[in-house]
Amino acid sequence: MSIRLEHVGYVYSEGTAYQKQALKDVSLEIPQGQFVGVIGHTGSGKSTLIQHLNGLIKATEGAIYYNDKNIYEKDYPLKELRNQVGLVFQYPEHQLFEADVLTDVCFGPRNQGFSPKECEKRAREALEMVGLKEKYYAQSPFELSGGQKRRAAIAGVLAMHPKVLVLDEPTAGLDPKGRDEILDQIAFLHRESDMTVILVSHSMEDIARYVERIIVMNQGEVLFDDTPKEVFSHYKELESVGLAAPQAVYIMHELKERGLPVFTDATLIEEAAYEIMAALKKEKEE
Amino acid sequence: MEMIKADKLIFEYEKRDEEGNVISTSRAVDEVDLDIKPGDFIAILGHNGSGKSTLAKHMNAILVPTDGSMWVDGKDTSREEHIWDIRQSAGMVFQNPDNQIIAAVVEEDVGFGPENLGVPTEEIWERVEESLRSVGMISYRHHSPNKLSGGQKQRVAIAGVLAMRPKCIVLDEPTAMLDPNGRKEVLKSVAELRQKENITVILITHYMEEVVDADHVIVMDHGHIVMQGTPREIFSQVEELKRYRLDVPQVTLLADELRKRGLDVPAGILKKEELVNALCR
Repeated sequence: MSIRLEHVGYVYSEGTAYQKQALKDVSLEIPQGQFVGVIGHTGSGKSTLIQHLNGLIKATEGAIYYNDKNIYEKDYPLKELRNQVGLVFQYPEHQLFEADVLTDVCFGPRNQGFSPKECEKRAREALEMVGLKEKYYAQSPFELSGGQKRRAAIAGVLAMHPKVLVLDEPTAGLDPKGRDEILDQIAFLHRESDMTVILVSHSMEDIARYVERIIVMNQGEVLFDDTPKEVFSHYKELESVGLAAPQAVYIMHELKERGLPVFTDATLIEEAAYEIMAALKKEKEE
Repeated sequence: MEMIKADKLIFEYEKRDEEGNVISTSRAVDEVDLDIKPGDFIAILGHNGSGKSTLAKHMNAILVPTDGSMWVDGKDTSREEHIWDIRQSAGMVFQNPDNQIIAAVVEEDVGFGPENLGVPTEEIWERVEESLRSVGMISYRHHSPNKLSGGQKQRVAIAGVLAMRPKCIVLDEPTAMLDPNGRKEVLKSVAELRQKENITVILITHYMEEVVDADHVIVMDHGHIVMQGTPREIFSQVEELKRYRLDVPQVTLLADELRKRGLDVPAGILKKEELVNALCR
């Protein structure tokens, strides 16, 4: 089970003055159950890329296979694909619209044709998963705080029981604790189920902490596709395309330059602390 | 005279029923006192819903206090006759770069403010040029704002405020929607403004790294100011900040981790260089 892109290209407004190649020859495969990060500067093609994954945008070149079936084939059940690949857009609170939170979260499963009872069951489960308390279920979604709205919107997608969850900047504008809570919850869901998670983020620290693989987009092409440690070792190239590495990477490189014998592959603060202690101990022994 | 002064400022949001009767109120800002001097760089931190944006909206009279007072450049914001003077002395930049830009060409957007103030045409163009230069966007003056990156749009928004020749600029999460490079560009522009023009800067953010150069940090919670001090004083209190749903810069966190493991590192380290110097003595 996987999503596979073969030589995918996408051209906006083809044949007009606004023509723009948003994706160029993208080939990659995401196996079921992976936790993948997608990074790239604004306009690098990452949002266009993820909108291809559930057929929202149709590639102008190449093909996409979901579980080995070409989604562009005639009679391919796109509706079914959209049930399985759930997309949470940037500022998902703009997707809320029902009169109360519970009804809003029921919208997805209701559309999938489940009975009212089943819809409510799924909605309640999803709300519990994102940590939204029962006292909010009857409230209007517009009365919730920023972080709560974000949770309700994510629950709306989770209630559809997707096999793949795609999140575009789910934590933009949230306070530090809210950021950690939402990402920890998603990481927990990922561990508990076999769900694939694709996380688009501008926070290199968050990417380093949660994902097992990073896809770096630049000018519509895949620049790197590797483990976080490997990708962030190219921190200078990342900077040249408008990105950066987590702070820990810069600190470790600077320490090494100043003569402390540390390994420079730490991307998290805990790893950096461990490395520094080990290096200082080694230095003392010598 | 203070640039911004608040005295027991209270602001309550009102919830009304369909007939317009007030059915409940919630207090977003609760007895806040502020004394911000001209040229200061003040950072305001606080979790979502802590009242920091509501407080910021008082600084150019978008909101006026329910009780208590707010003065901007010596003018009471609750007096209607001062409103245009206040909006000229304190400009605001918001989070979303896409809904602050109105014109089809960058230079026209920047000129919109002074034009509204009735500034003579020739001077408008001088101001536009100067403002775009100071945020490093002069080469984009004839461009369409639509094609700019997020960081560039935010810098155009800042230029638009500068063209009003304000004494103070209030930035409400200006980098929340930007990629790493866009964040860097915006912060660099803000730092330059302070150095060259001595403008008072109030920065509201959720990124702890952005406030290490502030003169003074204010932490809000439930509408109150709960902590204030220099960045070093604030960020040496890791546990307390976490209680307010906040964090400390990554390098401060690393220094704290090392201290917990028995290493002799000073508290309140804010910059990479400081930590490297402490470790490579």
